[in-house]
Amino acid sequence: MYAPNFAAPQSIDDAVRMLGADGAKPLSGGTDLIVQMRSGRNRPDHIVDLKKVPGLIGIKAEGAGFRVGAATSGAQLGEDKALVAAYPGIVEGAELIGSTQVQGRASLAGNLCNASPAADSVPAMAACGVKAVVVGPNGEREVAVQDIPVSPGKTSLTKGEFVKEFVLPALPANSGDAYLRFIPRTEMDIAVVGAGVQIQLAGDGTIAKASVWLGAVAPTIVEVDASCLIGTKLDDAAMAKLDAAAQAVCNPIDDKRGTIEYRTKVAGVMARRTAEIAFKRAGAR
Amino acid sequence: MAKIHVTTKINGEDAEFLCEPQQTMLDVLRDELSLTGSKEGCGSGDCGACSIIVDGRLVCSCLMFGAEASGTEITTIEGIANGDTLHPLQQKFLEHAALQCGFCTPGVLVASKALLDANPSPTEEQARYWLAGNLCRCTGYDKIIEAVMDAAAEMRGE
Ligand SMILES: Cc1cc2nc3c(=O)[nH]c(=O)nc-3n(C[C@H](O)[C@H](O)[C@H](O)COP(=O)(O)OP(=O)(O)OC[C@H]3O[C@@H](n4cnc5c(N)ncnc54)[C@H](O)[C@@H]3O)c2cc1C
Ligand code: FES
Ligand code: FES
Repeated sequence: MYAPNFAAPQSIDDAVRMLGADGAKPLSGGTDLIVQMRSGRNRPDHIVDLKKVPGLIGIKAEGAGFRVGAATSGAQLGEDKALVAAYPGIVEGAELIGSTQVQGRASLAGNLCNASPAADSVPAMAACGVKAVVVGPNGEREVAVQDIPVSPGKTSLTKGEFVKEFVLPALPANSGDAYLRFIPRTEMDIAVVGAGVQIQLAGDGTIAKASVWLGAVAPTIVEVDASCLIGTKLDDAAMAKLDAAAQAVCNPIDDKRGTIEYRTKVAGVMARRTAEIAFKRAGAR
Repeated sequence: MAKIHVTTKINGEDAEFLCEPQQTMLDVLRDELSLTGSKEGCGSGDCGACSIIVDGRLVCSCLMFGAEASGTEITTIEGIANGDTLHPLQQKFLEHAALQCGFCTPGVLVASKALLDANPSPTEEQARYWLAGNLCRCTGYDKIIEAVMDAAAEMRGE
């Protein structure tokens, strides 16, 4: 009979040591891992629950940025007023994950390291320059979130490594972020397309910097060349170019949620709509 | 692998149990502790029939390991009523006929209690979104929402 080990280490060092064992898997909220274990798709020999490791749960303001514990639940993110005010897009991505029940457990690290191209919290994190602090047998390193998933279900983490926390950088002046996804229902579905955007404005109200990432349209999230937005106030011409640039980076699958053609077209629409929200938020700051 | 010894608090009382590492909290409640009010509709986090409250958070007990209960405080459907006195939500579910087969009901009640604990005055829209993870194949949801809104009003003393 399948009988794994379960351990809940109370220090980083113990967690790293336990995760160094063959067949060991970290557990945060379990909303992906337990489903996969029950369907037989994932059969770890050692389950290492990270939630008792100091720092893995919680949100700390740090200068004008934040450190968010890797296993912090979506519900907790949504309750942190300062975080919501600073990074509404990242929080709205995280809060789209599942139901109230799933929100009680689902974490940013689990969403990222499950490595689904449709993971809802990842595009906005990438757009905002969020870094994952990875710890392992060789110490600590900071990795841009987009460099963690490498293909569906696979990450760049090596044996014994796990994400300890996320660094949300000091908020740039006059900036705003946003995340939108398209699903056929209003709740509880997997993104057909997701778009995460961060926009920074210059003193004259034109766009100085823009970062646009798409989810669910390729094996990993993909960046859209948003140079067409620079120096504009999102006029129609800039929007048309953004739409085309978004469609150009799509390499989606065909499935019951959407054909290749449909996903590609919707990617352009979602990029535009999300950019509009981020632009408004930047202007309101 | 040896069984894991877990001490926890369930519905206000100290509890302890032995479980296999891969056993979910739902399995533990039903099979080890004979608390069979929580139901397994899907086992994959989609239906909410297994809803419990852990340290103040609503979660699916099918997506939590029993071993994770160590040191936590848990509320299940069995802890909602006050002895023989039904919780206002339970009473209103009866009055509004907010259940038919009843399979979803324990989960809906626990989720609704968590809602009213967090927000005593939800709008109908907030209640519908909060309960989006609780599937009901019988009632069509309207009566559930009516009962929740009515219970909320009663609990506010209106
Ligand atoms: C009903 C339901 C609805 C859902 N809806 C959505 C949705 O709308 N959008 C969406 O994006 N997802 C959705 N999901 C998927 C899932 O809830 C999310 O991906 C969630 O963020 C996973 O987080 P977790 O903490 O539960 O991860 P876990 O299940 O604990 O872990 C997921 C994976 O990441 C690894 N891992 C966990 N923590 C770490 C760490 N600190 N470092 C390294 N690796 C780690 C685990 O080993 C595992 O492989 C849904 C799931 C369910 C059950
Ligand atoms: S049995 Fe847990 S959500 Fe369906
Ligand atoms: S009453 Fe039958 S499923 Fe809800």
